[in-house]
Amino acid sequence: MSIDTAPTASATALDATSGTATRRDILHRLLMTLGPILIALIIAGCILLAVGVDPLAYYGFVLEKGLFSPLGIQQTLTRMAPLLFLAAGLIVAFRAGMWNLGGDGQFLLGAVTAAASAPVLVQIMPSWLALTFSFLIAMAVAMIWSLIPALLRAYQGVNEIITTLMMTFLGTSLANVLVKLMFRDPSTTVPQTRTLPVEDRLPRLFETTITSGLLLGLAAIIIVHLVMTRTAFGLKLRIVGANPRAAVHAGLGVSGLTVTVFAISAGLAGLAGAVDIIGVQGNVRADWNPAYGLAVIPAVFLARMNGFAAIGFVFLLSVLSIGGESAARRLGVPNHFTLVLVSIVLIVLALAEYVDHRYNQSRKA
Amino acid sequence: MSGSFSSSVAGRDIVALEGVTKRFPGIVANDSVDLSIRPGEVHVLLGENGAGKSTLIGMLSGLQQPDEGRILVDGKPTPITSPRHALALGIGTVFQHMMLVPTLTVAENLLLGGPWWQRPRTEELEARVAEITRRLGITVKLHAKVSELSLGEQQQVEILRAMVRNSRLLILDESTSMLTPKGIDELGALMRRLVEQGLAIVFITHKLKEAAAFGDRISVLKLGRKVGEIPPERFRALGEQAIISEIVELMFGKQKDDPEAVERPVRTVQAEAAPLLQVADLAVAPTDNAPGLSSISFDIRPGEILGIAGIDGNGQKQLAEALAGQRAATGGSVRLEGVAIEALSVGERRRRGLRYLTDDRLGEGTVGTFPVSINFFLKQVGAAPFWRHGVEQRGEIDERAAQLVREYDVRTPSLKTPVARLSGGNIQKVLLARELAEGAKVVIFNKPTYGLDLANTLASRQRIRDTAARGLAVLLISTDLEELLAMCDRLAVIANGALVGTVENTDDARTRIGRLMIGLAA
Repeated sequence: MSIDTAPTASATALDATSGTATRRDILHRLLMTLGPILIALIIAGCILLAVGVDPLAYYGFVLEKGLFSPLGIQQTLTRMAPLLFLAAGLIVAFRAGMWNLGGDGQFLLGAVTAAASAPVLVQIMPSWLALTFSFLIAMAVAMIWSLIPALLRAYQGVNEIITTLMMTFLGTSLANVLVKLMFRDPSTTVPQTRTLPVEDRLPRLFETTITSGLLLGLAAIIIVHLVMTRTAFGLKLRIVGANPRAAVHAGLGVSGLTVTVFAISAGLAGLAGAVDIIGVQGNVRADWNPAYGLAVIPAVFLARMNGFAAIGFVFLLSVLSIGGESAARRLGVPNHFTLVLVSIVLIVLALAEYVDHRYNQSRKA
Repeated sequence: MSGSFSSSVAGRDIVALEGVTKRFPGIVANDSVDLSIRPGEVHVLLGENGAGKSTLIGMLSGLQQPDEGRILVDGKPTPITSPRHALALGIGTVFQHMMLVPTLTVAENLLLGGPWWQRPRTEELEARVAEITRRLGITVKLHAKVSELSLGEQQQVEILRAMVRNSRLLILDESTSMLTPKGIDELGALMRRLVEQGLAIVFITHKLKEAAAFGDRISVLKLGRKVGEIPPERFRALGEQAIISEIVELMFGKQKDDPEAVERPVRTVQAEAAPLLQVADLAVAPTDNAPGLSSISFDIRPGEILGIAGIDGNGQKQLAEALAGQRAATGGSVRLEGVAIEALSVGERRRRGLRYLTDDRLGEGTVGTFPVSINFFLKQVGAAPFWRHGVEQRGEIDERAAQLVREYDVRTPSLKTPVARLSGGNIQKVLLARELAEGAKVVIFNKPTYGLDLANTLASRQRIRDTAARGLAVLLISTDLEELLAMCDRLAVIANGALVGTVENTDDARTRIGRLMIGLAA
């Protein structure tokens, strides 16, 4: 600890936290993140051993496919695009103390709207304009979808965790119905929307298969981070999140801000759906639900709602999900083992957090 | 001074501290403190907020470990490693904030902490409780839910819990802060009976009168050091007034009979000046847990302090919130400088010069996890020059915050310190700085000295007087009649959400207000 405040008993000394302390903090954070991940890998390895699979081979395949093979890393980075939008939406909501867990419903409705509108719009206007409109429509639909939980929370105090989760079930079903009844492509037997031609999708980066949606996702999450930490609007949201009574006392319009937060959060989830469709998938099948929304929540928590840290965790999540799918196929492990691995990582990280907290407490005491 | 009285019969101490020092980043909370705690004595620990009382208790109850020095239990050096260990050694603590489970019954609360593999021994407990309560002459409803008990009764349960666990030393941390005057007297009598049975009690308070009334031995802490002790022999030899003046000298190094009794300065309110704040027939609907307001009317002229006296919970907070715009009024008018403001928002009222200093400093006055600097500007988020085009200007914020910290003497390790880490007095200074800064015309102070130590109480009162002297209109809501009598030009009494009378603060104001408060005409 820095002892530079010592003689000023009046303690008006306004020291900035010294550079070494912050560097140590960062080191500590890194250790606290990487250590538990390592432990989690060992535990998951033991489980693999127990079911008769060589864990080293499994991890080798995960890394090879998710990180080191040129094709794999491109898939990983492409997968990041929707996840980053979702993470950005969650950061806004969580920092404002609102637990929008309806990301999946908002995502799917955004995706379906984008898939329904983009193939039609590209026929009547230039493709860049069509895609922009598709994004906007997807965002608007997701925003409207979030109005019910937002208004209930803002004016009736109804717990948004319950309402958004319930709305996700409805949203998933509604998306399914929309694909089957309204936007179904008549030329196929599979219930799915019309397909956006590859040449009209978001351009790929350079000579790779990485979607340029990745850049949009990175921009979204960085903008959200800066808005939340550097602007008056972000501060207002953080006040509402940290102490709603203080927000009322300070004269902030808490109800209006609540609705705004839901709109932004859901809008970003809708954009996540749109970026996945317009950038990668091209269409939506009726039963399609990747459940990215729930998968991203832990990553945002582990990043402590910090946008830059969230980018790192989203990358990790991407590597695991892309690499895990491939490794599972090759070694005959159930595909769901990725989920087992992710959840072990989460549990160990949470435990490490707890132990670290207790250690800090006892050191302070 | 401290050493001279500490005794030679150390063998009789249940617990003794020797040169105990405890440091936290940036401060020394306790600086080589010696303390001897003996059976049959109420040992009063007296000190202002931040004097190091809580840290000392933390070490005695096993929550914290001393950095230097040692703790002797029955004459043997014993590190107290955990709260459980402290209990095993016979040290029971009743903390400032109640530590009972409100949804469980008293008996269930008392049985908590037993081994999990055993069935709770209810009969055994009942027998023990009956025996203890008989000796102490108190009654405890074992089968009542804790949430149904008054704060005083809950405290008795906490004391009982310590007794059931065979405590020999009972630590009471600021136990009177939430009690009614009657509850305080009862606690005093209970402490007396406990020490008569051979218990040792450590009683922490910052109220001088309680120290003098209930203590056998007084230790005074100041800025982490023990600055003096009054042993029992001397305590008995002195009268209450002599003790108080000796303590005041120890605490402040200045001789005063009763430091709180300040002569009311004669101020001249321009009687002909137009009122700054005019309230007429203000009404608020009652809610489930708060009384409403009905036909509240008063004027405040520039430079005037109007006091609102009354027993707590009679609509004081509702009045303040309705004026500030936080609570919807159902009728009546509020005029600031002649302009109706009752339909305006909180923020707009503030911009026009109406300021509300809340009594709930951490609950709504500040955001505890945010730095001190941001808390100065919570009510101005987005305003120039601290935000430009909605973007935070750190330089401007820090510069102005540093200025306010100096001007209002806020003791904080840094501008980045989360405001909840400051003591109550310093949080209050942050609020004062925020509300009294430029543009204030009418200021509502709600219980501005509640829970503050003496030095901060006096400083806050001086700020309020200065505020009025600058020509602002002041509404001072307080439950402390002495404070109101010392500060106000006029006093209104509130009861059941209505003003039952207004009196000029003249010599007979005290009796007239007393009559109004108990429901008689003045």
